[in-house]
Amino acid sequence: MRGTQIAQLKEWLQVEGYGVVETGWSRSALMAKSIDAAKAGNMLNPLTFSLLYATDFADRLEKQIIPALRAGFVVLADRYIYTAFARDFVRGADPTWVRELFSFALVPDLVCYLRIGVDDLIQRVLESGGMNYWESGMDLRLGTDLFDCFRKYQGLLLKEFDRMTEPYGFHVVDASKPIDKIQAQLRTMVAPLLPKSRRGGTAVLSAEAAGAGSATSQAAGASAGAVAGAPVAGAAGPGAAVPGADSGERTPAPVAVAAAGTGPEHPADGRTEEEGRG
Amino acid sequence: MSLAQPHNLPGKLFVVEGIDGSGKSTQLKLLHDWLNSRGYPVFFTEWNSSALVRETTKKGKKKDLLTPTTFSLLHATDFADRLSYEVIPPLKAGMIVLADRYVYTAFARDVVRGVHPEWVRNLYAFAVRPDLAIYFRTPIDVALDRLLSARAKIKYHEAGMDLGLSRDVHESFRIFQSRVLSEYDQVVTEYGLAVMDAAEPINVQQERVRELVAARLEAYTVRRGSLRKSTKPFWRTFPTPSASLEP
Repeated sequence: MRGTQIAQLKEWLQVEGYGVVETGWSRSALMAKSIDAAKAGNMLNPLTFSLLYATDFADRLEKQIIPALRAGFVVLADRYIYTAFARDFVRGADPTWVRELFSFALVPDLVCYLRIGVDDLIQRVLESGGMNYWESGMDLRLGTDLFDCFRKYQGLLLKEFDRMTEPYGFHVVDASKPIDKIQAQLRTMVAPLLPKSRRGGTAVLSAEAAGAGSATSQAAGASAGAVAGAPVAGAAGPGAAVPGADSGERTPAPVAVAAAGTGPEHPADGRTEEEGRG
Repeated sequence: MSLAQPHNLPGKLFVVEGIDGSGKSTQLKLLHDWLNSRGYPVFFTEWNSSALVRETTKKGKKKDLLTPTTFSLLHATDFADRLSYEVIPPLKAGMIVLADRYVYTAFARDVVRGVHPEWVRNLYAFAVRPDLAIYFRTPIDVALDRLLSARAKIKYHEAGMDLGLSRDVHESFRIFQSRVLSEYDQVVTEYGLAVMDAAEPINVQQERVRELVAARLEAYTVRRGSLRKSTKPFWRTFPTPSASLEP
């Protein structure tokens, strides 16, 4: 779900003339292999689980997201630190520790939480490939079989996402609606954040420079993507001055969009991540 | 478990800290031998050695893919992995755990690389607080001489070459490690590390190390594990068939 929505959003933005960079959870060049290997061998405990994902996120943030924002791109993130928060909280991590851990993250301009109930989620996941060990939170031993575990685990994640909705200002999107309806809604949310024109650009929102640790979150059951960025033409990025901007004038206009949705760990088939995270 | 409070596990955790070339590993090895000879069950663990992230760290270092943040997080992941498998279980089993470098290494090095001091302290908040941490304070020239005599080549990250301080490895080492030394000074006061003059002869330092350790072992009792070497193989105590058949 999240994956589909992000792909459509990307296409739309590009047609509109904006440069778009997509980034997905656990897909960093540095860490992707380690994470896969660790998951395959079930070598993770809650602590290393948090830390591996934090490392992956840091790598993507510093090598992908920030440079793209500086260069004036719109960044679409399929899940953001909120997914890590939810997963870690469900695993009993100390919330203060986890939030502080991710305190170097940028605050997205927009976080869309694609919210879906567990029952709808189950349908989708089964239709798109089935449940797996980590999406079911099998490491938590919440139930006797995969299905029970999945149900309970995703339910817990959903609760965490719901709890984060207000403090982190998620924009909730009902992900049980048809794809095109959701897409239309996402576009309405994103549009005002985009710079109106290249000249005189109205800067809409800028991704906040980091710091304070706040994070956005992804939605439970749904996926979240954070987008920040300025249109290709120019805008200075968040925080840092854009280095080497070609044209003298820049219109600041970074936008951030985050989509949250349910889906599986692999964005390709958006299964459960959204809500849960796999 | 937390770095802020003493642990109450039956085992003991002893840690050595210092820059590369401070002689801490030599001292720890000697301590290890001594403890073994006294019949103590010892478990050794070393910074940056877990299988979980070894390949990634190696690749990241070789290709210079790491930023200060990912560098710090990878080491924390390694540490968390070893803590779960190599530190806590032996401590729970009542063993003596010897750690070559501990969280203080991250507090000193990562901060020099530009990571926020508070952030990295929070990052390691889950660590078990050591019963004793000894810091081997070394003048930079002594460390450099030792490293050069031992292996003739200083490693890229040891010299902090990733920071672009100098093109010359020795010069870079000097600048980087001097900064690490001053961060260590901060850490020593903050966490009450025992300071050892690492320019002293090896045996003199070792004597002091043993005194410090012995003082922490006064109330410690060895739990005999089933894997310990025993002078008498247990099966000798069973009657053999021929013996039992004897009238």
